[in-house]
Amino acid sequence: MSYITGVGLTAYGRHEGSSTLDLMSEAAGMAIADAGLKRAEIDGILCGYSTVSPHIMLATVFAEHFGIRPSYAHAVQVGGATGLAMTMLAHQLVEAGIVRHVLVVSGENRLTGQSRDASILALAQVGHPDYEVPLGPTIPAYYGLVASRYMHEYGVTQEDLAEFAVLMRANACTHPGAQFRDAITVADVMASKPVAMPLKLLDCCPVSDGGVAFIVSREPTGETGVRVKGCAQAHTHQHVTAMPALNKLGAEIAIAKAKAAAGVAISDVRYAAVYDSFTITLAMLLEDLGLAGRGEAAARVRAGHFGRDGAMPLNTHGGLLSYGHCGVGGAMAHLVETQLQMTARAEKRQVRDASLALLHGDGGVLSSHVSMFLERVR
Amino acid sequence: MSGSRSGDWTAGQETIVYQSCAACGSVQYFHRRFCSTCGAPDPAEQRASGEGTVYATSLVCRAATPETRAHVPYNIVLVDAAEGFRMMAHGDNDLAIGDRVTVRFAPFAGRLVPHFAKAKS
Repeated sequence: MSYITGVGLTAYGRHEGSSTLDLMSEAAGMAIADAGLKRAEIDGILCGYSTVSPHIMLATVFAEHFGIRPSYAHAVQVGGATGLAMTMLAHQLVEAGIVRHVLVVSGENRLTGQSRDASILALAQVGHPDYEVPLGPTIPAYYGLVASRYMHEYGVTQEDLAEFAVLMRANACTHPGAQFRDAITVADVMASKPVAMPLKLLDCCPVSDGGVAFIVSREPTGETGVRVKGCAQAHTHQHVTAMPALNKLGAEIAIAKAKAAAGVAISDVRYAAVYDSFTITLAMLLEDLGLAGRGEAAARVRAGHFGRDGAMPLNTHGGLLSYGHCGVGGAMAHLVETQLQMTARAEKRQVRDASLALLHGDGGVLSSHVSMFLERVR
Repeated sequence: MSGSRSGDWTAGQETIVYQSCAACGSVQYFHRRFCSTCGAPDPAEQRASGEGTVYATSLVCRAATPETRAHVPYNIVLVDAAEGFRMMAHGDNDLAIGDRVTVRFAPFAGRLVPHFAKAKS
């Protein structure tokens, strides 16, 4: 058994003058305090990477900086799936009895620490160095390709995709830490600048500064336990050129294995936290995970299904699209929000019932997937 | 990451090269010293016809470097080649999914890249 015993999340957006280590430290301190632990009780550290401050040993750089000497520490790199991959590993380390309290931490000054062009260029390198990168693609273009095909096969429109941006923004409007808190409409999304068609500016997540951390422990440290009930991964390819057919993507494989591991069905899920780097990412993953029928996710958004008061509240903090995306930390904010919902601490964003949550992360171009179920226990 | 190989567009030549495996019959576009399907060594290099069908498109309107920005907007396409492999390339801005296309080679950011246009039927 393992439990998410504490969480820490900074505001996302501009943190002028804060380094990667500053943002990691701030979030780590918050998470340890939230778990009611002392620094010295942390015996494991998992961290992601920083494109602004690359280092081959970020976990020990951080541990030294933060002032702890863990018995287990290293970095993990699976792109946008890193946060949940670290959580899965922390869960397994705790279950195996190797460590008692793992600090999972990430932070990056991706917005103010480098130019937006530098960010876009760094991320585009997930493409094939010989066969893709020389063609000048960007991350939005990789997802734009996928979007064009998905829209073609399932009759999804640009207006459908826009619904997800509007929903994430509406959610972000209720969170003081979100990077973007001005309500938008489908018309705003449609009129936003073209980036990599069919994706426009408001279909894309922003670049942010931010820090986020949580503690994975062997036992609960508070009254309400949030337990990792089951998780699984799937990795089908790296490059979009080598991506399998749309009905054979990793999300479907990962969720099937996670459901089996957790012994739950999608109909048991009460809260969803799903990776949303672009509107197409969210639309596809919701349908791959079985949270909507093929081509039907947008209709469910319009019907209020994924709203805070709907049957399946989704990314109530605003997701990557509007809370913000600071690299590895981006999707870790989804887990923080889920833990707050499950422990009834989400303030005015609180949903009625978050007793069982489904989280899903995606790295690369739908390349790496992690599905995870969290369960509230007393 | 790639082994030695004869020239194709990635090396400045006006050709598209792929590999086919004598052991299992699989074809692959990214060059390797082995077949990624069955692991057999030394798949044979083949010259592609340059014919194919558009699988996906994305018109890039926001580029990240001065060299690529000079070409905006440019259409990134995935093409299913007649020989059975998929590749990324450039294409005319009006290409649609399902279009049958033929390749030429065009300058882009200081090199030659494959550029597809509708096939003349």
